[in-house]
Amino acid sequence: MANIEKNIIDGLTGLRDWVDDRFPLMQNWNEHLAKYYAPKNFNFWYYFGGFALLIFAIQILTGIWLTMNYKPSAAEAFASVEYIMRDVSWGWLIRYMHSTGASAFFIVIYLHMFRALLYGSYKKPRELLWLSGMGLYLVLMGEAFFGYLLPWGQMSYWGAQVIISLFGALPIIGDELSLWIRGDFVVSDVTLNRFFSLHVIAFPLLIFGLIGAHILALHEVGSNNPDGVEIKKNKNAEGIPVDGIPFHPYYTVKDIFGATVFLIFFFGVVFFMPEMNGYFLEHANFIPANPLKTPEHIAPVWYFTPFYAILRAVPDQLGGVIAMGLATNIFLLLPWLDRSPVKSTRYRGWNFRCALTLFIISFLVLGWLGMQPVTPLFTWMARFFSLVYFAFFLLMPFYTAIDNDKSVPDRVKD
Amino acid sequence: MDNSNVDKGRRRFLTAAATVVGGAGAAAGAVPFIATMTPSEKTKAIGAPVEVDISKLQPGERMIEKWQGKPVWILRRTQEMLDDIASQNEAVSDPASEASSQPEYATNEFRAREDEYLVVIGICTHLGCSPSFVLKDGDNSPVVDWKGGFFCPCHGSRFDLAGRVFKGVPAPTNLVIPPYKFISPGQLVIGDDSEAA
Repeated sequence: MANIEKNIIDGLTGLRDWVDDRFPLMQNWNEHLAKYYAPKNFNFWYYFGGFALLIFAIQILTGIWLTMNYKPSAAEAFASVEYIMRDVSWGWLIRYMHSTGASAFFIVIYLHMFRALLYGSYKKPRELLWLSGMGLYLVLMGEAFFGYLLPWGQMSYWGAQVIISLFGALPIIGDELSLWIRGDFVVSDVTLNRFFSLHVIAFPLLIFGLIGAHILALHEVGSNNPDGVEIKKNKNAEGIPVDGIPFHPYYTVKDIFGATVFLIFFFGVVFFMPEMNGYFLEHANFIPANPLKTPEHIAPVWYFTPFYAILRAVPDQLGGVIAMGLATNIFLLLPWLDRSPVKSTRYRGWNFRCALTLFIISFLVLGWLGMQPVTPLFTWMARFFSLVYFAFFLLMPFYTAIDNDKSVPDRVKD
Repeated sequence: MDNSNVDKGRRRFLTAAATVVGGAGAAAGAVPFIATMTPSEKTKAIGAPVEVDISKLQPGERMIEKWQGKPVWILRRTQEMLDDIASQNEAVSDPASEASSQPEYATNEFRAREDEYLVVIGICTHLGCSPSFVLKDGDNSPVVDWKGGFFCPCHGSRFDLAGRVFKGVPAPTNLVIPPYKFISPGQLVIGDDSEAA
């Protein structure tokens, strides 16, 4: 028996060496997994990057299968989604996985971004890591927006109408630009067809490429950690960070465990509450698109509502569009707005801690306000919290520069 | 390879020239890709005028027609409605429709060829939702002392019964009036206002 075992192992080793002579297999395995040293003190917040990757895989897989039955035309789209739900074997599961995946993607990305704020992961030398991540976030917003038109329900239609009109509000080029995006004078079959193309080909490719850039940038500079200590500053004789452990097997096992727990929650939603009471799948979207009538109460899906609330808070068309654009893109400037030498909130002063708390509160309240109808009280609340939102960024160079930061230890804490 | 007697200036010039020509080629190559996303000939052709029978429209009633894919409202206004419009010149931001879009024959107080009939594109000039028609005495008035008009559920813009936008709302201009004409009493054509018909 031992002989057979030896022969199999020799055979596999031989095959590996044969490949290695022709392709950098072990080199990449080592560089990105077996000899990629990550800080040993990762905590709960370090699950979400891996979850995002998992959801991307789910979306690609379910997306390919949905495309097999979906019809991207104004006449047939709504009915083809119903056909997937009722007549295609297991079609409901594939679709609910895809629609739940969309919301789950944003939940995970928002938590992933919060982690970066919490531990200063956007700061030097991780600026490009942060920028590639922000690029992913913005492209993901586009991908979600294109995808939302495809079921051709009332919310699909009027949501697209409003978002495209945002571009129409720009001076001079606005009208031509929105006409170019729609390919028609109103949101129509033409618009649906091109959004389908962008949703299933262009943007997934962009996301795929950006994920690659994001991981390459991460593995170049190394992961940050809850203490915000650079582990590469303390290396042993072999050049290995003393506070680092190989990503594989330590963190692959951790992430597989996390993924299992995540999938339990994910499929709990898929099976028991795929509409999430109108938050994941809005009720008005179960009515076919009607270009003559806007639903009484229109709100974007939850992941866009903080920005939508900011848009509505400004009593001027162009001003609102600019504020909304700024609110989504201002994250890009974070690495240069933050003047504190300390990364992690564990060692930062109360200025930043309070500012971050207020920012998170304002983000959540704005998200809630964006789902509510327009009333004078809500409008004033939205204005107040929009100010808090922008103050977090615009005042950052001042309050971080004079913060009473604590001293950061040389090594991560055990 | 021996690079010692390379003319570096010449090499730089060739590299720069090739980059510029290649860049121009790539830019030219992008033109058809961008142009293919503009409205096609077929799309542009679907914009034909529509003929509407308004003979059964009662005073105070509104009907919706589709023209160029957009909702067009036809509202038959009562004398009371017209008086209400006239009383609100202070509250609207462009009472004389100077900054708004309408044919010349509708550039007047009631924004209409004939005062009685309002013909207007029912798309909010803010971000393109279709406002709802809210009557004076309805229980869902958007503001106190509401005299009837149109209220956009998306972002709260308000318009009076002549499609004029109120002050302090996000919509920048009055609702757009399409070209139209009456071909006989009770017969309306939307999308065509040529006299020679």
